[in-house]
Amino acid sequence: MGHLAVLTGQLFNGISVGSILLLTALGLALSFGLMNVINMAHGEMLMVGGYVAYLTCRFVHGPAGFLLALLFSFLGAAVLGGVLEVTVIRWLYGRPLDTLLATWGVSLILQQGARSLFGAIGVDVVAPHWLSGSVAINHGVLAGLTLPYVRIFIILLTIVTFALLLLFIARTRWGLFLRAVHQDREMAQALGVNTKWVDLLVFAAGTGVAGLAGAALALIAPVTPTVGQSYVVYAFLVVIVGGLGSLLGTALAALLVGLFSSTVQMFTGVSLSDVFLLVLVIVFIQFRPRGIIFQRSRVMKEA
Amino acid sequence: MNRLLQGAMKAAVPCLCGLLISPASPAQDNTVKVGVLHSLSGTMAISEVTVKNATLLAIDQINAQGGVLGRKIVPVVEDGASDPAIFSQKAQKLIQEDKVVTVFGGWTSASRKAMLPVFERFHSLLWYPVQFEGNECSADIMYSGAQPNQQILPALDWAFEKGKKRIFLLGSDYVFPRTANLILKKHILHDGGTVAGEEYVPLGGTDFSSIITKIRVAKPDIIFNTLNGDSNVSFFKQMAAAGITESQIPVMSFSIAEQEAKAMGPSLVNGSYAAWNYFESLNDPMNKQFIAAYRKKYGQDSVIDDPMVHGYIDVYIWAAAVKKAGSFDPQSVRKAATELGWTGTAMGPIQFADNQSLYQTAYVGQLQPDGQFNILWKSKEPLRPEPYDALAFPGRSCVIR
Amino acid sequence: MKKWLRPALDLALLAALVAAPLYLSAYHLSLLGRFLAMAILSLGLCLVWGWSGVLSLGQGVFWGLGAYVLVMHLKLVGLQPGDMPDFMLWSGLDHTPGWWTLFRHPAVALAGVLIVPTVAAAGLAWLVFNRRVGGIYFALITQALALAFATLLISEQAYTGGFNGLTDFTTVLGHYIVDPSFQRALYWITVGALAAAFLFCRWMGKTNFGKVLLAIRDGESRIRFLGYNPAGYKTIAFAIGGAFAGISGALYVLHVGVISPAMVGVMPSIEMVVAVAVGGRSSFTGVILGTLLVNFGKDWISSAMPEMWQLSIGLLFILVVTLLPKGLAGIPELGRQITERIRRRTARRGVEPEVLAITQKN
Repeated sequence: MGHLAVLTGQLFNGISVGSILLLTALGLALSFGLMNVINMAHGEMLMVGGYVAYLTCRFVHGPAGFLLALLFSFLGAAVLGGVLEVTVIRWLYGRPLDTLLATWGVSLILQQGARSLFGAIGVDVVAPHWLSGSVAINHGVLAGLTLPYVRIFIILLTIVTFALLLLFIARTRWGLFLRAVHQDREMAQALGVNTKWVDLLVFAAGTGVAGLAGAALALIAPVTPTVGQSYVVYAFLVVIVGGLGSLLGTALAALLVGLFSSTVQMFTGVSLSDVFLLVLVIVFIQFRPRGIIFQRSRVMKEA
Repeated sequence: MNRLLQGAMKAAVPCLCGLLISPASPAQDNTVKVGVLHSLSGTMAISEVTVKNATLLAIDQINAQGGVLGRKIVPVVEDGASDPAIFSQKAQKLIQEDKVVTVFGGWTSASRKAMLPVFERFHSLLWYPVQFEGNECSADIMYSGAQPNQQILPALDWAFEKGKKRIFLLGSDYVFPRTANLILKKHILHDGGTVAGEEYVPLGGTDFSSIITKIRVAKPDIIFNTLNGDSNVSFFKQMAAAGITESQIPVMSFSIAEQEAKAMGPSLVNGSYAAWNYFESLNDPMNKQFIAAYRKKYGQDSVIDDPMVHGYIDVYIWAAAVKKAGSFDPQSVRKAATELGWTGTAMGPIQFADNQSLYQTAYVGQLQPDGQFNILWKSKEPLRPEPYDALAFPGRSCVIR
Repeated sequence: MKKWLRPALDLALLAALVAAPLYLSAYHLSLLGRFLAMAILSLGLCLVWGWSGVLSLGQGVFWGLGAYVLVMHLKLVGLQPGDMPDFMLWSGLDHTPGWWTLFRHPAVALAGVLIVPTVAAAGLAWLVFNRRVGGIYFALITQALALAFATLLISEQAYTGGFNGLTDFTTVLGHYIVDPSFQRALYWITVGALAAAFLFCRWMGKTNFGKVLLAIRDGESRIRFLGYNPAGYKTIAFAIGGAFAGISGALYVLHVGVISPAMVGVMPSIEMVVAVAVGGRSSFTGVILGTLLVNFGKDWISSAMPEMWQLSIGLLFILVVTLLPKGLAGIPELGRQITERIRRRTARRGVEPEVLAITQKN
């Protein structure tokens, strides 16, 4: 493998890691921007998505099985997110730190639930045939470079999801409501926007996307009761770096974190690169305490 | 095995003095308590529960034959919760509150290290069933799991025999992989091989993309894999997705036994190699008996692996040592255990060496599609346990008096 | 509540704790000792979270720093001259690094237990609060810190003992740790340290500093407009929390005899917060009781039904946060509110509104 091939390969790996992080972080960024809550059980939505994908693939065979699994894992996680919003989060409105703790409790219960149902060892989603294999380049300066189909698929899935989400916000009526509530909750309420429904919808959509991330992740890693825990802390960092509720900022931050990790990992071990990442984030907020992209606002926030 | 153990018992002269100083001998009671301390919750539960089951099976069997020294064994089961501090706390509880005469338990080195001061403080006795990195030598622990020279070094010998001398070391980031690799590196260089790379991922890590790039660049003959738990699934999946097959770069794993293979789905790890001191596929009548008894108690689809067999055998050796010593006193029992001589077991002939580790045979197997190992190689004889590797840590030795 | 009742209750609690060796078995005494050590950390968390409104999900880091510093000292004094800690040898080092040997002297080690966590806490807090980042951001950053700290400890095995952590030390200042009389002395030292920390907190609550902290919690911008710099106050509070955590870790490790990364990571750090939430985040007596309750509960549940522990702690978290935000300490107040409401309802039936208003004023 030539230097250029290694470099390209790592660039690709960075984008691939970044896209999983983005799928995970999107929902967090949405609900954080809109409702100022952080859902600590967000990682468990990944896990739920993974298990739903596993169940779907067990009952539906054939090439379409996995696509169906993606759909179901989105729906499954979205429904669960909706239930969580209605039963816990809604009641803690205006107490962001308490929301954080209560949802941590939820995450423990979901983990234990998964452990009782599926066992502590992970279950395995086998990638469908059309996703097994890789693009291998054997000639030229890039000789030796291989790009697995699953990783290409995950990148594409992320791009499509992200685009759909942007379209939804920019072009639909509910997207308009969402923007209105985001800019000025009281005013939107006064003009007749049902903010409760907007909150519910956005929260459910966010957890649904996390479910999607879980299903995608299942292609390259096992689905375990604690799978969410290993991703969600990085997703939190992405949200911090990305900026308060900015989707574009989140996307940039996810890409940044992915590329940073894959670059540093070529020179040090994985453990140290995680530590460097945190140092980078703390240094970063010295310069941009509100993230890469943030809305200037005259509203005084006690965040 | 029972017949042999009974023979050992008949040969033993009951030691009355031992009985007198025994710390827990309420004379009128005809039971004796032993502790069983494994993680029943948390990340390690999945592995440790099976060892606990095997230990309890042995206790049941011995009780069915009349117990030890006329006393029924009462197991006190505690949960270490995959947390070293809890292991230390529960070990103390078993010894101080429950007054157990010995404890069977532990899996991770972290749990054993945390329990060690407790056992040394109360001069109790721990039976530890899992292979580990060595470098420890406590009078109050019986190490029945493999020392490095009984698992990883035989695997290296096998690889060199096969002409695979360019070796990539990959592990989870904790003590066993790092120490095992330190020893391996010394031996690889000493024996004229090459270390193609050495990489660690944090425990539970799932992203191997960068490491696979490094493996590609390094082009090793074989990967020595000390990854733990779920990381293995991610690793094998991502290797397959990257188009690297077992025939191109084979993988020798030190933490994948039958349990793990079953959980990962044998198709994922089909064709990869493992080194252990026991495989379920061992063709041995005592092994068949053990498997049948275990399945009868815990279900027909149960899978058996190396640490379970150690957990099972430990109880029998303890019982035999108690009979030989004529006492439950840990100090007498641990001395008697090293003087029992060769015993036939489900994993072949074994005996405790004077350093309180177990003589045992090393095997290399290859995973079949049915989740069982095809045994390719075994050491010529049971290997003497060496807690300190002579090449990596010269001048150290384990002497227990 | 009557004015004398509270100090009387605190004194009764103290007396019960001091006399514990008389009525507890050796094992339960050692449990109580380690949980009381944890209660010192809880007091710090109470100051940081309950009083300043800063939620730290990484308190295990400062706790761990205190514990590791002390254990480094204990490992060094246990060595023969010219020898080095065994795990360093297994990890391929050929001599003990200089920053380790620094802690050989007991005075340096004791100072280190106080200074290292305090400085680390103050540094982090200043970097974050000075940029007016706080609230949720701070909670998430501290959680990432806990993860990174545990990862770093594990990966730097040669210097930290790695995943196994550090254990197997025998003497403290020439006393054998296993000695029963030392164990009892250690227990009383722990009770003494806890009492001192408690008095410190009480005193601080009465000073202007304590009042500014409460004001920051209830309206940070307002206090800024009044000319205070909240970052400085929060940093000092967090540094005190860090110091308490360090002392707590050092005492805990003497009781338990082992320190490892598994004890300082994300999950233990969160459990520290649960104990405080259960006790009542802004009540000093409450958090001590909460810590004892949660930890004894954990010991009991994990013995009786291991798989239930995670479930019950999750449920406890949700219930306490949603229904009982003031924790155990809020129960008397809640009771008073309920009786008040019942009284009002019965009163409303027969009494004129004006009369009701007057009775309420009284």
